[in-house]
Amino acid sequence: MATTKSPVDNGVNVQALLGARAALTEAPEGAKFQWRATCKWVYGTHSRSSIQQYFGLGQEQKHKTEFTFDADHPEVFASEDKGAAPVELVLAGLASCLTAGVAAVAQHREIQLHAVSATVEAGMDIQGILGIDSEVRNGFDGIKVTYKIDADATPEEIKAVVAQSQKRSAVYDIVTNPTNVTVEVS
Amino acid sequence: MRTKTIVIGAGHAGLAMSRCLTERSVEHVVLERGEVANSWKTERWDSLRLLTPNWQSRLPGYGYEGDDPDGYRTMPETIGFIERYAEVISAPVQTHTKVSSVRLHGDGYEVVTNRGDWQSPAVVLATGACNVARVPAVARALARSISSLTAMEYRSPDQLEKRGVLVVGASATGTQIADEIHRSGRPVTIAVGEHVRAPRVYRGRDIEWWMDAAGVLDDRYDEVDDIVRARNVPSLQLAGSPERREVDLNALTRIGVKLIGRLAAIHDGKAQFSGSLRNNCALADLKMNRLLERIDEWATENGLDDKVDPPHRFEPTEVEPSPPLGLDLARGEIRTVVWATGFRPDYSWLDVPVLDRKGRIRHDGGVVESPGQGIYLMGIPFLRRRKSSLIDGAGDDARDLSAHLASYLNGAISARR
Repeated sequence: MATTKSPVDNGVNVQALLGARAALTEAPEGAKFQWRATCKWVYGTHSRSSIQQYFGLGQEQKHKTEFTFDADHPEVFASEDKGAAPVELVLAGLASCLTAGVAAVAQHREIQLHAVSATVEAGMDIQGILGIDSEVRNGFDGIKVTYKIDADATPEEIKAVVAQSQKRSAVYDIVTNPTNVTVEVS
Repeated sequence: MRTKTIVIGAGHAGLAMSRCLTERSVEHVVLERGEVANSWKTERWDSLRLLTPNWQSRLPGYGYEGDDPDGYRTMPETIGFIERYAEVISAPVQTHTKVSSVRLHGDGYEVVTNRGDWQSPAVVLATGACNVARVPAVARALARSISSLTAMEYRSPDQLEKRGVLVVGASATGTQIADEIHRSGRPVTIAVGEHVRAPRVYRGRDIEWWMDAAGVLDDRYDEVDDIVRARNVPSLQLAGSPERREVDLNALTRIGVKLIGRLAAIHDGKAQFSGSLRNNCALADLKMNRLLERIDEWATENGLDDKVDPPHRFEPTEVEPSPPLGLDLARGEIRTVVWATGFRPDYSWLDVPVLDRKGRIRHDGGVVESPGQGIYLMGIPFLRRRKSSLIDGAGDDARDLSAHLASYLNGAISARR
């Protein structure tokens, strides 16, 4: 526990994170997590994903409640627009991961945050997914995240927090580096 | 054979320790697998110069005596310097004595060599931090048709086919090698992960002068925030050229070297690179600016502002808007890959349970945490201070650790239960 009281409060329990880091350094097998989602087709391009269970710290774990996410495509794709497009959920995942990191890193560096907002833009040439041009990839041609941050810190310190958050972000790693993906039918 | 302390390795670190032990009248021997300064003789590329200026190689009882204090030693000069040091301090070196095992033996240790076995109550491990080139697992996926060598095997551009070269790694080794190979007419692409940018010269003085004067190099292992991280910080992007050439990424870009992200995978003959290049460059720029701020503050506090050039900041690292994420190695532009992905120590001969699960020696500022006591470590990054990996850092570490070692031998520090 912290012996000195920090006046900075971004709501992140840094002591607990540092404690977990120390404990998992000694017991690295506990650091092996598995994240899961299930997805059910509803109708058309509309599907609903549910997230509740995961594995970590050596045992099965559970979110307090089940979270569900509807995904669909907008009407310009002749869909019914019952949810965000899956590619938009990826952007939400990236922005949420980076923003959580900003809060945690700022807390660790004793920087009080007042407001943080991120705008994420990702370009895509849909000639790829429509199969018009095989040289165009299906995915984004780039992602741009723009942060607006009001905090008790210099612009340089804020930039350093944002940079460090990228360095420690799982979703940033997932979208910037290749990952082997296996899709099977059981 | 018996002695009080066995020092393994006759490089600058082992010799500095030898000198300090002699000053304390601790009987010892220095065992060397080859000759004095062996790694410098056999494991470095031809054009390499020390990254620290001549004046900065201060060893206990020895220092630079020439007329070019601000120059950077070539390898022959470095070897000569260390050989002379061994002579000046009359170090009890046994050359061509290869250690095959160090093990517990009674209250001390037994050191097995090709020239007989030694016993002693204390052992100093000074075999260096860079015995083996680290090569990432992705190297195994490289097609045989592409030549591949480590920075330890690299000697000069003449070794390489006169075509494109991919240098993987952008720390001191990678950037210097990329610079040299590209200038030889072989177009270089350099894969850049996390790195540390620093200017060779700042405000008219060598960056090493600043870091030495401002106490940056004296930062202690028990005072930094996160010592595990500090010990893993990559080397500074510096070169020791006579013209004090910069080898940061902007300098490489200016001569035509192409920057690309960290090598993430090789799949079906295609290399894939991380999209994190921009952030890695931003992190390095921010970190460099924090170092320069610390230097500026120190300069002001110490009344140097009138005596040196005014403070300034360097251009941010330039990264093209969309650096390529893939490279088809089968296309034939790249004929050679040079792995400048770091080095690690070799402790395969160490039969004392002192390694952690990552194969690193567990130690407290060089005092090895062993089932017994009396094992000491020298010459690894941030052993006791930021300068521990420099020739200039060996002196203070050897002074501290020889004092601990002598107390241990005198029984002032309790022996093992």
